[in-house]
Amino acid sequence: MTDTDTDRDSALPFDRDPFAAAYPETREFWAAAAEGRLLLKTCDDCGRAHWYPRIVCPLCGSDRVGWRQASGRGTLHAFSAPARAEPPYVLAYVTLEEGPMLMTNVVDARPEDLRVGQAVSVRFRAAPEGRMLPFFAPAV
Amino acid sequence: MSLNGQAYIVGAFEHPTRLAPDRSVPQLHAECALGALRDAGLSLSDVDGYFCAGDAPGQGPLWMADYLNLKLKWLDGTEAGGCSYLAHVQHAAAAIAAGHCSVALITLAGKPRSSGQATGTVPRALGPDRPEVPWESPFRWTIAGIYGMLAQRHMFEYGTTLEQLAWVKVAASQHAQHNPHALLRKPVTVEDVMNSPIISDPIRRLDCCVITDGGGALVLARPEIARSLQRPRVKVIGCGQTINTNAGGYVDLTRTGAERSGAAAFAEAGVRPADIDYASIYDNFTIMVIMQLEDLGFCAKGEGGRFVADGNLISGVGALPWNTDGGGLCNNHPMNRGGITKAIEAVRQLRGEAHPAVQVKDCRLALAAGPGLVVGGAHAHASVILERE
Repeated sequence: MTDTDTDRDSALPFDRDPFAAAYPETREFWAAAAEGRLLLKTCDDCGRAHWYPRIVCPLCGSDRVGWRQASGRGTLHAFSAPARAEPPYVLAYVTLEEGPMLMTNVVDARPEDLRVGQAVSVRFRAAPEGRMLPFFAPAV
Repeated sequence: MSLNGQAYIVGAFEHPTRLAPDRSVPQLHAECALGALRDAGLSLSDVDGYFCAGDAPGQGPLWMADYLNLKLKWLDGTEAGGCSYLAHVQHAAAAIAAGHCSVALITLAGKPRSSGQATGTVPRALGPDRPEVPWESPFRWTIAGIYGMLAQRHMFEYGTTLEQLAWVKVAASQHAQHNPHALLRKPVTVEDVMNSPIISDPIRRLDCCVITDGGGALVLARPEIARSLQRPRVKVIGCGQTINTNAGGYVDLTRTGAERSGAAAFAEAGVRPADIDYASIYDNFTIMVIMQLEDLGFCAKGEGGRFVADGNLISGVGALPWNTDGGGLCNNHPMNRGGITKAIEAVRQLRGEAHPAVQVKDCRLALAAGPGLVVGGAHAHASVILERE
């Protein structure tokens, strides 16, 4: 077996996703996401998590950042449903329990049933290119 | 070094077209350049500094400089979205003050309307090169969707209402009826705006700016050159620019970079918001005018909705005459970029060359301000304060 074959055998769907492949330093995130776990880059110096994940803490400038598993819980900060979208969807910002806010979609809910501030929890869904991303649904 | 008084806007031109299927983008840039130079009483051979942004063919100053055969000592292709041209005013004033150039040309042009672009309502197909894109593109964000969230959040935090949003459009339409080039010239009512179709709730169709082909250009020059020309003199007295980042996910959706760019411009100019006789404020959506009025200091944070109500932005009616050309909401939004038209109408007002129905009496101080890219995420903002001499 050649090295190339080994690489191919170990490749996961996100390795063939150009949006993940362009950022090799985020591979750990996509691997965890494929298992349904949400990782956040968190700073060892200031202790805060940030989004989207970077190699430097944008809050204090430290490069001592590492992946930490997040709870997957958050609150709905804002949402808007683009009219005439097919299929319909709800664009949203969710503030994670750990602090940072991220862009997402609210799934498994109708926009008229949503309200700002309500509890939501993560539901991983695949992007068209293969990587898994954190979508959110109303918390049960 | 303060740029106050170091440069003048001596030429300004807004292309009259709003639909240009039979013109190329370089042609539009060239027509705008010639228009602004003719307005100034200068020619292409006088230009030794050229400034353009991402709309320029080839996305840099090289190709239009070649097309126009400019003999340049200074060039600048800073891309900061729709406010690029206001940032360019500051860059041009700085370059002139430093002696790098004497006559600076800024151009903008494009044709999203004739190419059928659905600017605000269709997700952009972005490649992976921008670092936030892998984390956002599958959520199919649209520009109207994001501004819908900004408006929702402003309403949630400050009690801003649909009626107040609508008053911004009403003011723009009252002004646009006097502009023969405006795309939308029919005055609308608060009810018209509120009852127009939902684009991305709470944004209605009439809360959104127009999509137009066209462009504009500005010419800046050294004080000695400005004094040698036959036009009313418009002095650059204060400038500011910034980028509001998404702050690692700790961003306040109700605030814009106008907080920083406006404060810098007012400090350099040595004036306050209450001194401003006329304000051009970028109006890609009605909510943006409300947020920027707050961030620029025309009213307290959260008071923007009450500030714009009851016609307070209508020239001759309210306290702050605003976007008297009809703005991006009714007049023109060439290449989806509203920065240059903001400066152009401010120049018209200071020269006394706005339409008589909207001309501000004895207009001495004007502001032109706006964001670039998409507020909510990382965006730029630039502010310019101009004085009639």
